[in-house]
Amino acid sequence: MDKDINIKVKVWRQNGPKEKGHFETYPLEHISQGSSFLEMLDILNEKLINEGKEPVVFDHDCREGICGMCSLYINGHPHGPDEGITTCQLHMRRFNDGDTITVEPWRSAGFPIIKDLMVDRMAFDKIMQAGGYVSVNTGGVPDANAIPIPRDDAEMAMDAAACIGCGACVAACKNGSAMLFVSAKVSQFALLPQGRIERKRRAKAMVAKMDELGFGNCTNTGACEVECPKNISITNIARLNREFLKAKFAD
Amino acid sequence: MSWLIKSSIGRKFVQSISGLFLILFLLFHMSMNLVLLFSYEAYDFLANEILGANWWAIVGTGVIGAGFVIHVIWGIILTLQNQKARGKEKYASSSKTETAWSSQNMFVLGLFVLLFLLTHLFQFWYQMQFKELLMIDGARHDSAQLVAEVFSNIWIVIFYLLAFTALWFHLTHGFWSALHSAGLNNGVWMKRIKVLGNVVSTIICLGFIIVPIAVYLGYSNLLG
Repeated sequence: MDKDINIKVKVWRQNGPKEKGHFETYPLEHISQGSSFLEMLDILNEKLINEGKEPVVFDHDCREGICGMCSLYINGHPHGPDEGITTCQLHMRRFNDGDTITVEPWRSAGFPIIKDLMVDRMAFDKIMQAGGYVSVNTGGVPDANAIPIPRDDAEMAMDAAACIGCGACVAACKNGSAMLFVSAKVSQFALLPQGRIERKRRAKAMVAKMDELGFGNCTNTGACEVECPKNISITNIARLNREFLKAKFAD
Repeated sequence: MSWLIKSSIGRKFVQSISGLFLILFLLFHMSMNLVLLFSYEAYDFLANEILGANWWAIVGTGVIGAGFVIHVIWGIILTLQNQKARGKEKYASSSKTETAWSSQNMFVLGLFVLLFLLTHLFQFWYQMQFKELLMIDGARHDSAQLVAEVFSNIWIVIFYLLAFTALWFHLTHGFWSALHSAGLNNGVWMKRIKVLGNVVSTIICLGFIIVPIAVYLGYSNLLG
């Protein structure tokens, strides 16, 4: 049964990108274990506002695990201690009475902090703009089954496309590498006939953008795969390496 | 070909190919060593006539040396870049993500192996091929005897044992990681490659370490 718990929340506070940050610990009483982690932060913010203090800034949007907006590094794990879920799907029943919960922003050179727990993840959008699309001519809608796709390919492409671009892979990586994200985005197209036409240009452009934005080099440690809320496999990284190397050797 | 240094995957590809090349070299070196366990004469013959100061041995040494230098330099570049990409602020709650220990410590393991390598080069290669090439006095041709002298010291044997333990950890991650970086992996082959990597690392490390231990325990006396 869910009960009410008393906890302490140790939160990273930072006024702006260039400011020096620090931890602040807030006690919270009677938090229902049935509430979500973000609801707990809402309660904390309401309390802070009532006390006339600055509320904690954090990213969130859909609160159902599909938009990729929420982040938060909770007790040593991106998206908290549970596997295969985002922060917004985390519930307070994962915590016990008397716990001190450490909440930090994603930390990586590629994701500079905007304020408190909010980081700038525009880098992912820039990588997508560099090649994460399929060019199509407008005109009549083609028949749905005009291009046959083997079932396994379709499944693998869908598994890669499950990536919501939250950045947990970068946050978990000791090298601040964005390879899991980029590999998922390259794979979701490379596996399908529609995406194959632009595969060489895509792999080169997206990797070049990723490098330019200061993400690190992948060392196949696999932390990204463990922490990914959508369970994206690192076999996608092997596929990205293959796509990129093939494109370069073809030049 | 500037992408081999300018792009992240290019740099990883260089690290992968040089690493795989060094694994091949280790297998070759190990099989030479094992000859010592069978015959002193055959070992001396290999060391002096086949390897020694012949042109092919010198070219080979150069190529292998270049392989090491590239692997080390690229390793340092990659590590420095990765630390920079991680950013200045570290996590207070530290990473609790479960990953293979060796994969997190490739650089440190590599440094220890490099330290071992320099010691090892001085103990053997400098005394044999290098001295002979530069006409320095005291070049050794009695290779098996030199091996027996070096490994009569327990501390050197222990140092070798530690170095190959580090190498084992380095290779268990390095082998599959090298193939992965070269794009040669998928969901089916992942487990197979990892097992193969463990088998190759274990064969290499046991094959190397058996010689110093056998020599220290007096095995070489049996051969006369």
